[in-house]
Amino acid sequence: MALRSAVCRLLVNPHRCALITASRAQGTAAPITHDLSFKVDTKVQFDWRDALDLEGQLTEEEIMIRDSFRTYCQEKLMPRILMANRNEVFHREIVSEMGEMGVLGPTIKGYGCAGTSYVAYGLIAREVERVDSGYRSAMSVQSSLVMHPINAYGTEEQKQKYLPKLARGEILGCFGLTEPNHGSDPGGMETRAKYNPSSRTYTLTGSKTWITNSPVADIAVVWAKCDDGKVRGFILERGMKGLLTPKIEGKFSLRASATGMILMDEVEVPEENLLPKVSGLGGPFGCLNNARYGIAWGALGAAEFCFHAARQYTLDRIQFGVPLARNQLMQKKMADMLTEIAIGLQSCLQLGRLIDEKKASPEMISMLKRNSCGKALDIARQARDMLGGNGIADEYHIIRHVMNLEAVNTYEGTHDIHALILGRAITGLQSFTVGK
Amino acid sequence: MSGRVLVGVKRVIDYAVKIRVKPDNTGVVTDGVKHSMNPFCEIAVEEAVKLKEKKLIKEVVAVSCGPQQSQETIRTALAMGADRGIHVDVSGKDYENLGPLQVSKILAALAKQEDAQLILLGKQAIDDDCNQTGQMTAALLDWPQGTFASEVSLEGDKINLVREIDGGLEHIKINTPAVITADLRLNTPRYATLPNIMKAKKKKIVTVKPADLGVDVTSRLEVLKVEEPPQRQAGRV
Repeated sequence: MALRSAVCRLLVNPHRCALITASRAQGTAAPITHDLSFKVDTKVQFDWRDALDLEGQLTEEEIMIRDSFRTYCQEKLMPRILMANRNEVFHREIVSEMGEMGVLGPTIKGYGCAGTSYVAYGLIAREVERVDSGYRSAMSVQSSLVMHPINAYGTEEQKQKYLPKLARGEILGCFGLTEPNHGSDPGGMETRAKYNPSSRTYTLTGSKTWITNSPVADIAVVWAKCDDGKVRGFILERGMKGLLTPKIEGKFSLRASATGMILMDEVEVPEENLLPKVSGLGGPFGCLNNARYGIAWGALGAAEFCFHAARQYTLDRIQFGVPLARNQLMQKKMADMLTEIAIGLQSCLQLGRLIDEKKASPEMISMLKRNSCGKALDIARQARDMLGGNGIADEYHIIRHVMNLEAVNTYEGTHDIHALILGRAITGLQSFTVGK
Repeated sequence: MSGRVLVGVKRVIDYAVKIRVKPDNTGVVTDGVKHSMNPFCEIAVEEAVKLKEKKLIKEVVAVSCGPQQSQETIRTALAMGADRGIHVDVSGKDYENLGPLQVSKILAALAKQEDAQLILLGKQAIDDDCNQTGQMTAALLDWPQGTFASEVSLEGDKINLVREIDGGLEHIKINTPAVITADLRLNTPRYATLPNIMKAKKKKIVTVKPADLGVDVTSRLEVLKVEEPPQRQAGRV
């Protein structure tokens, strides 16, 4: 009788158990108290889709822009990507469609552009990359690497001539900085622009490689070293004599985006096509920072897709009589994915707000581009593993993101190069070159 | 003719959300759940904007009855091309009990106040599936009605309409002013473009109360219980 009532008391008052055990244990240990003064509001439901309530931090306009564009991406882009990636086809139409939606060059004011916030630009990039990084690359190049330099460094005539058409997606642009022998060190570029005073033209000779959009682009913003040793930007147009844009074959990444070279054999460029308001590497770097910011958001979109897809797959697939998601190894992987995505998005939001307030520095952008891409690649690989054999089939999409994110982690500054940028900011010592 | 069209837009739980019944069986969980414009209302807005683009009507006014958040739904209509919005503020218990009868009274009052030539609504809402508001509004105004419209064309002061009915397609011609309810195949709603979303911020939304329109929103209906449908049983092959 006494034993049963003791057991009942223990069962009814579980938190008293500890006290009873403590007092039984010789009474020398201090009784365990439970501090219940710290309370989390239990009415707030945790949402794995939006762990830190990013939604609550966005303005109504940003939410509307995101929702409208997400619907377009899921309804119009998602159905095309499987075959586009498998057969390496670039659907040029999507640039015109995005132009109609008004999402090209969205942060530019005037010239047929929307003039919205950088946070909205990030949200747009995230939605496109949720579908495919190749599509987002085409959009980033058009917005940040072609429209932005013309807007920031061009003459009024150049802006009027090119920006409205670029905004509508009527013409497609590409950005020529990287060369076969100079990737991480653009300062060593071998492309030369010689000025001809008699004809008031520049003669450009050199080659650029890994240029998104180049095989089908109408214009190219090419960076070349001038007679004074300074790097300047030039707008080249398809049809100029000596300009070739061959496609790069055998790519296993960003297959839905067209990538090629820009080969210039004494191309005559009128001096009106020089971008006059910048000289030196600050020009291309300004553009790259603009694009890298979009990539920081975008990579997380790809990561979110992989996370959600892996979650659904492991919930659906039954092995040994239970869903795969029942297993601890699976749950740990998903917990890691959830955490990195939630934290990454928060950092991107803060960065976007800082850029909108003109309080952002390039190192911040480097830090987040590096973080988002590295973490997203990790997440995609883990997700691929969780899908087992099905993970290598493109119908499940994850393997495509794994392939794509290899390039995304590398371009616009490799993971390691951004580390050096941050290292220099941290220590004051540069470690890019072997000299002092 | 004023050339003014009233479009009713309802804020409903998003179609993709998994609905859960509240533990006390008084309704479904709406707190923190994603809401959006009723899909049939989107089709109605699209039709109204198309008529304006064809210059057959002059102004599109989006109307929504509900709490403060209904303004988001009106904002979406503005982003699609509506010119201004009217938010009829109904909240709390009144909002929980708001049904087609009260909404149709409100729309009828607004139609008279705004001198509307046409009222465009979705055929039904995806949360209550009532399919009554359009019909009731027409009756209260004593206007002709073209429900389940899959094709609408204006011809002078008359409207040619094709209705989707069980037996097939019915072609009718009605006078204006009239009430039309949109069916699925009437059109494909446009995506709100970025520039239009930003322009929508500058368009006006006016808030009124049902009492201002002389409408009593007390409900004649009482919800006794809301429960989940029975679990699917296994079948036999």
